Amino acid sequence: MKENILTVDNLHVSFKTQTGKVTAVRGVNFELKKGETLAIVGESGSGKSVTAKSIMRLLPKHNTEISKGDILYGEKSLLSLSAKEITDIRGSEISMVFQDPMTSLNPTMKVGKQIMEGLQRHQNMTKAQARDRALEMLKLVGIPKAEQRLDNYPHQFSGGMRQRVVIALALACNPKVLIADEPTTALDVTIQAQILDLMKDLQQKTDTAIILITHDLGVVANMADRVAVMYGGKIVEQGTLDQIFYNPQHPYTLGLLKSMPKLNEDKGQPLLPIAGSPPTLATLGEGCAFAARCPHTMKVCHSYTPQDTEVEQGHTAACWLQDVRTPKASPGEVLGVN
Amino acid sequence: MKRYLIQRIGYMIITLFIIVTATFFLMQLLPGTPFTNPEKLTAGQMAVLNAKYGLDQPVGIQYLRYIGNLVQGDLGYSFQHEGRTVESMISSRIGPSAFIGLQALIIGAIVGMVLGIISALKHNSLFDYGSVALAVLGMSIPSFVFAALLQYYVGVKLGWLPVALWEGYSSTLLPSIALSVTVTATVARFIRSEMLEVIGQDYVITARAKGMTEKQVVVKHVIRNALIPVVTMLGPLAVSIMTGTLVIEKIFSVPGLGEQFTLSILVLDYSVIMGITIFYSALFIFVVFVVDIIYGFLDPRINFRGESA
Ligand SMILES: Nc1ncnc2c1ncn2[C@@H]1O[C@H](COP(=O)(O)OP(=O)(O)OP(=O)(O)O)[C@@H](O)[C@H]1O
Ligand code: SF4
Ligand SMILES: [Mg+2]
Repeated sequence: MKENILTVDNLHVSFKTQTGKVTAVRGVNFELKKGETLAIVGESGSGKSVTAKSIMRLLPKHNTEISKGDILYGEKSLLSLSAKEITDIRGSEISMVFQDPMTSLNPTMKVGKQIMEGLQRHQNMTKAQARDRALEMLKLVGIPKAEQRLDNYPHQFSGGMRQRVVIALALACNPKVLIADEPTTALDVTIQAQILDLMKDLQQKTDTAIILITHDLGVVANMADRVAVMYGGKIVEQGTLDQIFYNPQHPYTLGLLKSMPKLNEDKGQPLLPIAGSPPTLATLGEGCAFAARCPHTMKVCHSYTPQDTEVEQGHTAACWLQDVRTPKASPGEVLGVN
Repeated sequence: MKRYLIQRIGYMIITLFIIVTATFFLMQLLPGTPFTNPEKLTAGQMAVLNAKYGLDQPVGIQYLRYIGNLVQGDLGYSFQHEGRTVESMISSRIGPSAFIGLQALIIGAIVGMVLGIISALKHNSLFDYGSVALAVLGMSIPSFVFAALLQYYVGVKLGWLPVALWEGYSSTLLPSIALSVTVTATVARFIRSEMLEVIGQDYVITARAKGMTEKQVVVKHVIRNALIPVVTMLGPLAVSIMTGTLVIEKIFSVPGLGEQFTLSILVLDYSVIMGITIFYSALFIFVVFVVDIIYGFLDPRINFRGESA
């Protein structure tokens, strides 16, 4: 059993907005092991990015409140670090790649310098050493003519090449954890595959653990060791890739899988998007957040929040169907899986 | 780059030509004559004078003659001051104007930047609200009001600086400060909004995610990117200073170009009015040109062939 490198424990994050307090993350738990890839999937607004940014402490200070829970890097609580201590961890121990490579690089700074900055900040390198390392990284992520490219500006690269630069930047200091927030959403399909291959390849070389945030279950199937499904600010189901894909236990996960083209083609079934729209976070109270859209809603779902239930080793789901206290509900039968 | 320059210079000449033409014909509409006490002149004397200055010719001919001379760099003679060329009248006046103008620009740019940057970094604080309010005041109150206030309080009451006239460096300060208020306010507002925009950009989050300290993020990524567009403000600021000097030089009795300009308008000294207008226009067109070139060097995304790579 590998050791946990990152532990997110009962994380609650809310924002003060003009219209009142919005709780975007409402009790997220997961563990990330050394070198593994955890995919976080879920609809827009389910709190994936907020969770990721909480780990890096990148949420705006003035209106964010982490009201409950903790985030541990190894044994260290990231939430209780000073501003200076967290900057020491950012980019060197934990790195992040963002969605849009067109906007995530500084347009007026040469890409080489943007990579070197982090190296000089964390690794006490001289300029020349940092430059060598930046060059090495550009080569590693497959940028042709890397030597000349060091002195180019971001606008001189295509989208895919820019995302390679961003990955080079993120991995330059050999972080233990890489958080990639929809790293390929903004790219063409063929380029997407290349970038994902690159990430997989680099992960094998460096043994970095990856948190991969995505909407795309195809990407999950290719990349993930474990999968966490988020809905309404919570992880409603998590388990290994096989557990989630072949033995889903939460109606929302099942809905997601049914809306995925490939699986349906095999069975010759029509595509079934989940009816209804995501919940309004501001008005979410007690009860299951999915109740309004769930085809199996029971009375209890509206008034009490379902708790995480272990369905098998390393596989949990938060749904009343799984709860021992609702013995009459037999999840396999209801959901049509076993 | 070369092609771009040639094209730009071509446009600049055309622009200037249009301005000259428009000013020339607009001036024909002004009532009165450029001669002192015309009512005391006999019809014969008038005719002699008109003939001497070519005013007896049809307007079209006068215009062509003026353009012809202008192309050869000849701005003609003053109607008011026997034998003085317009050129010499401009060049003898330019020093004081340039000095108080540039000084105002420097003061305004520095103070404005500092205010704007602090305002944005302390967004929604008391300091921010205060400086926004001051900027609005500074932009909406005309500079001669500040001039009068400065003269009264700093000049008369405190007696720290000369109230008017042109006697050494200390006399340049009050006119420059009065002129710089608008510049300060404009720059402060502009930088503040640029900073706020840049602070929200993804690449600033990337810089934080790299582990840059807050100070490094602000200095290397935010301020740098927010300052680049400020260069584009130079054109409008130059205009605001030029028009400001017209009144300010009068109030402080600065022997500059602005004062000469107002004087010439009062006495309808056609050739001097034309000359100074052309000079101001050319200066403005030149500033805008230089700004575009500088901007191209500061912002790597711009290249002079007008393609985006
Ligand atoms: N700084 C903020 N201030 C206020 N609300 C915020 C802020 N950041 C995020 N939110 C809110 O938190 C909720 C969750 O947002 P989040 O970005 O985590 O969603 P997501 O799951 O990443 O969605 P997507 O797939 O669209 O990226 C959203 O309703 C969003 O409006
Ligand atoms: S708890 Fe109830 S409403 Fe929520 S997913 Fe399970 S069955 Fe559906
Ligand atoms: Mg997101």
